[in-house]
Amino acid sequence: MTTQPTPAPIGRLSGTVWLLALVPFILLGVVLAYIVATGGGLTELAGPPIEKISITRITLPQPGMIQVEVINDGPQEVTIPQVLIDDAYYYFTAEPSTTIPRLGRATFTIPYPWVEEETHAVVLITSLGATFDGEVAVAVETPAPSFNLFTQFGLVGLYVGVVPVGLGMLWYPFLRRIGARAMIFILALTVGLLVYLAIGTWLDANEFALELPAFWQGVPLVIFIALLTLGVLLAVGSVRKGQETSPLGIAYHIAMGIGLHNLGEGLAIGAAFALGEAALGTFLILGFTLHNITEGVGIVAPVVRKNPGLRHFLLLALIAGGPAILGTWIGGFAFNPVLATIFLAIGVGAILQVVWEVGKLVVRDSAKVGLPFVNWVNLGGVVVGIALMYFTAFFVKF
Amino acid sequence: MSASPTSTPTAPTPVPHTVGDQALTPMPGMTHSSMREMLVGAVDHSQNGFDPMQMLVDWDYGTLAGETQDGRPIRKYGVSAGDIEIEIAPGIFFPAWAYNGRVPGPSIRCNENDHLRIDFANFGTHPHTMHFHGFHRAEMDGVEGEYRGAINPGESFTYEFDADPFGCHLYHCHAAPLKRHIHKGMYGAFVIDPLAGRAPAREFMMIMNAFDTNFDGGNEVYAVNTVGHEFMRRPIPIKVGELVRIYLVNIVEFDLINSFHLHAHFFNYYDTGTTLEPTLRMVDTIMQAQGQRGILEFRPRYPGRYMFHAHVSEFAELGWMGFFNAVSEADYPAALAEVGLDEEWDFKSLNGATPRETEGS
Repeated sequence: MTTQPTPAPIGRLSGTVWLLALVPFILLGVVLAYIVATGGGLTELAGPPIEKISITRITLPQPGMIQVEVINDGPQEVTIPQVLIDDAYYYFTAEPSTTIPRLGRATFTIPYPWVEEETHAVVLITSLGATFDGEVAVAVETPAPSFNLFTQFGLVGLYVGVVPVGLGMLWYPFLRRIGARAMIFILALTVGLLVYLAIGTWLDANEFALELPAFWQGVPLVIFIALLTLGVLLAVGSVRKGQETSPLGIAYHIAMGIGLHNLGEGLAIGAAFALGEAALGTFLILGFTLHNITEGVGIVAPVVRKNPGLRHFLLLALIAGGPAILGTWIGGFAFNPVLATIFLAIGVGAILQVVWEVGKLVVRDSAKVGLPFVNWVNLGGVVVGIALMYFTAFFVKF
Repeated sequence: MSASPTSTPTAPTPVPHTVGDQALTPMPGMTHSSMREMLVGAVDHSQNGFDPMQMLVDWDYGTLAGETQDGRPIRKYGVSAGDIEIEIAPGIFFPAWAYNGRVPGPSIRCNENDHLRIDFANFGTHPHTMHFHGFHRAEMDGVEGEYRGAINPGESFTYEFDADPFGCHLYHCHAAPLKRHIHKGMYGAFVIDPLAGRAPAREFMMIMNAFDTNFDGGNEVYAVNTVGHEFMRRPIPIKVGELVRIYLVNIVEFDLINSFHLHAHFFNYYDTGTTLEPTLRMVDTIMQAQGQRGILEFRPRYPGRYMFHAHVSEFAELGWMGFFNAVSEADYPAALAEVGLDEEWDFKSLNGATPRETEGS
């Protein structure tokens, strides 16, 4: 480079300086063009073609029909000339084409007489003979949106989210009448429950993330979104210049975090119904109702000193429990693993932030009554909070 | 050469259809049945350089090269090994190793007691051999590590032995690793006609083979004569009442057994073809392990399409399934034309037996 460094006035960049910024870009273009045009002298390293696709969704829209949705997350174009169901080549159609460009999608429709409540194996074979497997674990017709089903899914969400959270909040009058130490215990219990939820939501997010096509980089995506959410919420909190978040504000934060967690639970339940694993049915719903009742306690714990009024309680219950309804609808009718991953990752960040806030309350209140930073009361609370969530989860984990 | 009825080698275009108990709109290239359980599309045989339908009747009798001291004909065959990519099912390509650029290799046929000289040259990238099933001296056994052993790339060797015993045999590569050399396509039929002769018949050569396209030790595509479901799309034309003879060889790798089942008919079976009397009479299914082979004889009783397939349902649904189309004398030319065949194919199928050098040579 022969250009002389020109001293630019501070605070303003001249055109020449911007030109300097462009130099690497221009050279980058030249290098790329060279490699594309000539192979960059790497012909010896040019390996055999790599074919990679992900089966994103398998649905059974009607009797005698299987639909397989595919995304090409490999480095190059892939052609799927044949489809096997249960180890048999079968007639099919492909939309838009059997040839899928990188990051492109295709839907394969196979007129296969699938058998109710049995398992079916789907294999897509590429033009070079590589195979990609999918499975219909329990064959049931994929629910098509109907008013009836919409209502039923809504009810499921209601039982799993709004009802237990609301019931848990009914402990509020009791909490108002307990002593300072007991209140520290309840707040610590809230921290424990939130820690449990943060870990659970984190694991759920990763479960979806691992299924995503490679280019999404699912697990790092979850980490970054969770950290970003935590950062934004902490930054928003600090804008108020040292003024602490009001107890009602904390309650709303908790409700939001729990809401995102319950959205994830709704998604899982809706998707399970859609995938024919609804046999869990009433038992699962009972389990979730029990499991989630503690969440209500956590939400109202910060506001025991000042009753915010019925309107706020209803709103809090809706924010924390309502997303379960939404999740069940989305999971049942239009499941999208990318959005599911993102929502759950946001949930992780949001819950971590309230762990921080409620944790500060616990520490402050402990100090007020002369208890040390870690004491048997708050440690006991955390442990009981985690244990409650852990053992009630026995009803919902399979 | 016969081209496929419609050549759509790559992406099959979506076809409107209904499901449930309604029949589908026949797909392109599928003129003979509305079966849904098969491979979609058609293979470009001209691109492959061989057609399974032609392989049924395409025998290599070698060239006559004088006589032995005791007056028996000497037959010379030229076989070369090489690497070739073949389309084994519509749109699925397989990196094969092949004799004479085809899978299966040339169907070597001769008369009992002929003296055979097989000039083998390896143009491939791996060592190969030719191991014949039949009587011969150990030096001619074509096994890697024994006597002449593997023929390296760029080398050649002449296998020399007498054609004995008569029967339906096979040859294959016996270089290590054996599994890989066999399932990649190095095998072919080796038929020795008995001096006593067999009754005139319409004869077909069928090798039951399979391909492990993802190299996981299990086959993805099964067939007779390489291309999966080819005879579903193009039923083999035969005439009602005539004698049909099939030289059947099983070379499928990885699976313990293979079988042949013929619909609506019973056949006589000559295990290994080394006898003039059937070893099994009036059966409709026979079983073969790898390397096992035999001759089937039957007479089509009624006109119509009759399935033949492995009675291992899995293999059938993965490509090893086809049709015979039995028609009357009058309908035969139409049945030929329908699957892209001509009188030459008809002639070859009726005159498979090795020519006898009765006068001159």
